[in-house]
Amino acid sequence: MKVLYFAWVRERIGKTEETLDPPADVRTVADLMQWLVARGEEYANAFASPKTIRAAIDHTHVKPDTVIAGAREIAFFPPMTGG
Amino acid sequence: MTTPVTIRIQSADFDIAAEIAALTKARHDVGAVVSFSGICRGGEGKDAIAAMTLEHYPGMAEAEIGRHVSEAITRWPLTGVTVIHRYGRVVPGDNIVLVLTASVHREAAFQAAEFLMDFLKTSAPFWKSEERAGGDSSSTSWVDAQAHDDNAAARWKK
Repeated sequence: MKVLYFAWVRERIGKTEETLDPPADVRTVADLMQWLVARGEEYANAFASPKTIRAAIDHTHVKPDTVIAGAREIAFFPPMTGG
Repeated sequence: MTTPVTIRIQSADFDIAAEIAALTKARHDVGAVVSFSGICRGGEGKDAIAAMTLEHYPGMAEAEIGRHVSEAITRWPLTGVTVIHRYGRVVPGDNIVLVLTASVHREAAFQAAEFLMDFLKTSAPFWKSEERAGGDSSSTSWVDAQAHDDNAAARWKK
């Protein structure tokens, strides 16, 4: 699946996007964040305050307990400041 | 008849008068057009900024705004809706966002415009960063989301 990062999440990780293949036991958005944190310090830094991180699956906002199976695109970003 | 909707995500500026005219063109049932334009402020003193940059999530920005426009049309009798949101670099005084709502009578247009702005502030995938005035290119910082915007959006929950 494609994973996208925006704003300071993108800056801390150092990537705009990547293609990932997490194991089957990574079931939810929250699981995916924890799995990413274990991949490296830049991820741990980006997700240091998980409650402030928002996520979207296939262009729709989702909660941390949302299942990721079947997702084509997952995005992680800070609270939005549009408008 | 479906309500005409215009949603544009663009880096270029927009012409508010032209967009308003488009909502009344060739029809005489529209009694009210409400217009909100969001403008980049310059800040003052130590908060003065030289420029603001809006990052966005292409694809999701259109989809999310489309969802809220669809909800507005369900909740209020509107004859037309236009939302234009810029991305990229803007300077103080520049337009950032335009919300136009048209209806037969004014109540629907006023309420729908406020509803759409409250949701644009909290759920449209854009992120603002500011460059401090003074020319120091290293002093760029991300704008924080505000609790009062979340509270404003929550008012509309049914």
